Amino acid sequence: MRLQLSPELEAFREEMRTFFTTQVPQEIRDTVAARRHLSKEQYVEAMRTLNAAGLAVPHWPVEWGGRGWTPLQMHIWREEMQLACVPEPLPFNASMIGPVIAAFGSQEQKERFLPKTANIDIWWCQGFSEPDAGSDLASLRTTAVRDGDDWVVNGQKTWTTLGQHADWIFCLVRTDPTAEKKQRGISLLVFPMDAPGVTLRPIQLIDGSHEVNEVFFEDVRVPAENLIGEENRGWDYAKFLLGNERVGIARIGSSKRLLAQAKAYAREVTVGGRPLIEEPRMADRIAELENELLALELTALRVVAHSADGKSHPASSVLKLRGSELQQDITELVVDIAGPLSLSSFADGGSEVPDWARVATPEYLNYRKVSIYGGSNEVQRTIIAGTILGL
Amino acid sequence: MDFTFDSEQNDLREAVRGLLERAYGDSEQRRRVTGTDPGFDEKTWSRLAEMGLLGLPFAEEHGGMGAGPIEVAIVAEEIGRVLAPEPFVEAVVLAGGLVAAVGTDAQKSEILAGIAEGTTLAALAHAEPDTRWSPSAAAVTATQDGDSWTLTGVKEPVLHGARADVLVVSAVIDGGTALFLVRGDAAGLTRTGYRTHDGSRAAAVRFASIPAELLGEGSADRTAEIERVLAEGRIAYAHEAIGSMDTALRTTAEYLKTRKQFGVTLNRFQALTFRAADMYVSLELARSTALWASMVADAGGDVVAAADRARLQTSRAGRHIGKEAIQLHGGIGVTAEYTVGHHTSRLTAIDHVLGDGDWALSRLAADVTGHETVDPLGAPYTS
Repeated sequence: MRLQLSPELEAFREEMRTFFTTQVPQEIRDTVAARRHLSKEQYVEAMRTLNAAGLAVPHWPVEWGGRGWTPLQMHIWREEMQLACVPEPLPFNASMIGPVIAAFGSQEQKERFLPKTANIDIWWCQGFSEPDAGSDLASLRTTAVRDGDDWVVNGQKTWTTLGQHADWIFCLVRTDPTAEKKQRGISLLVFPMDAPGVTLRPIQLIDGSHEVNEVFFEDVRVPAENLIGEENRGWDYAKFLLGNERVGIARIGSSKRLLAQAKAYAREVTVGGRPLIEEPRMADRIAELENELLALELTALRVVAHSADGKSHPASSVLKLRGSELQQDITELVVDIAGPLSLSSFADGGSEVPDWARVATPEYLNYRKVSIYGGSNEVQRTIIAGTILGL
Repeated sequence: MDFTFDSEQNDLREAVRGLLERAYGDSEQRRRVTGTDPGFDEKTWSRLAEMGLLGLPFAEEHGGMGAGPIEVAIVAEEIGRVLAPEPFVEAVVLAGGLVAAVGTDAQKSEILAGIAEGTTLAALAHAEPDTRWSPSAAAVTATQDGDSWTLTGVKEPVLHGARADVLVVSAVIDGGTALFLVRGDAAGLTRTGYRTHDGSRAAAVRFASIPAELLGEGSADRTAEIERVLAEGRIAYAHEAIGSMDTALRTTAEYLKTRKQFGVTLNRFQALTFRAADMYVSLELARSTALWASMVADAGGDVVAAADRARLQTSRAGRHIGKEAIQLHGGIGVTAEYTVGHHTSRLTAIDHVLGDGDWALSRLAADVTGHETVDPLGAPYTS
């Protein structure tokens, strides 16, 4: 048991902090700090800056740009990035399809896709959920039927995040409808979003944003070489991928940053001439959230230290569950600090309302998603009850 | 940053667990022990002494083991796991801790050696009927006459105050709060002992111009030392609570797997298993915070602030887990013959000895503008 980081890790943390706060364009970090949506160009520029420094895909195999870091180094990398308001490498590329291709793809596929994926020369999107396959993902119905050297894909995906920017999609498709277990008949295909027969339809969200999409496939012809791994083994790859998705999903550094900003806002807003943060109930609420976040960060540190053998610590599902709840609690806090100013969400020029108060409610509404995606919190509770408590 | 115990610490845990399992693995044994005074088992107390646990944090020159907060945490957690009623935190961490912090060499040699050997039971007489978790004395006063001191006033509740061989008493002096030693057999000392709801013992201790021995050199204000030792007590209690919560959760999960209603075991009801999952979340977050607070103490960081954070987290977790453990059991959870309700009672007691969650929160809230973010690996937690 030791509190301090080793001198090497202390130096590593300093190196990360320095890079993130000096090398990533300030204008991009300001956009993140202002809680505004990033443009495609901003995402790309940020990820390329990281990739040029070997900081985009450190968790990949070393030969494909990985760094061979320990779980604790990975944790520090991620936290410092979030604290510095640096956009994380596009998750569809860095955490999802990249590691799957690196682990299960052919040598040709690795050479063809991995360098472009790390450098976001290909922007990937995820074709997993369907209208009737949410938490019960294995019920997916999009089919791929073999026809000569091609697969012919028909069906529909949904919740495809940032699909409007995407060059390629990785897609779970049913290739064996007769398999006795529904998990057994699924394969993983990749294909360009501009392939004939692919149609993207935006879904507008309650915060007014366009973040997710529906994607329709009508007789889309996909060359057989675009099958990743083995036919009908797609479920295994999906589980591998979703496991990676949950890593870092707690977004502790990002929550810490927002809570620090919330404190600044609560000093700025006054009630009867006194800063709102001096109201006992407000101070209590902030202090309680800080402590909850501390407890979560410490749990993350405890968990990463134990997952060095590649097996995740049983407490890791706590991270997704509490991490998402705290993200939501803090966005809710910001709305409450804004108070009546939070109504001015779409105010433009001529409004007196500060920018942070304008984005507060849309973000709060948008963040209802975080307890739903990446395995809903009810799925996490099922995992805890089943695999940890044996219930 | 390392949350793993070394092999000696693991050995310590195994040894303590073995001893306490033999004593209280059968929960009926605890009921018997707590049913009669002094509310703990003198033989088990002696065995803890033989193992060196009662002198664990004291310097070797004073008869102790020279161990640190991590070892204390391990013992406290094992105590909590079986609800062992022996007053480890009360006698060793709190009363002994203050003697170690401010006592003269002679006082340390005598009192700490006695605690370590199990021959002197020390109790901290600090709480007063009109105080609420303050580091200062309020209505108990000390009067100096030449070299001698006398104490006047009432301390209550004093945990294990009736059985104690020596009391460490806080009292108001000019310019603050000083500490005194009063022997259990001092003339004019009135001790009215009683049982507490968690099976422990407390007392009202009345001082009517009782001669007392000043603890330490010179009549300095000891508020800071008291605050520090209370913080160490809060952290130790956090670990005791973790042990208790862990057992309460395990017991509950086991019950859900075996108890049948409507022809199926209770773990078939998602309304119940999800609540058990939430108990696990509370427990693990509290465990991380308690371990961190012990590491802060070990590293010489701001133990008072860290203890407040651990107190808040374990208070919330203790209430959540304690209440849900009973509810998920149903009626049997509130019976005295079943264990889980006793855990809830003990967790409730721990929550109110040295400050509850809201008390800790108000202290943290007062400092909320003093930092931008909380960095567990930075100032003021690392020295």
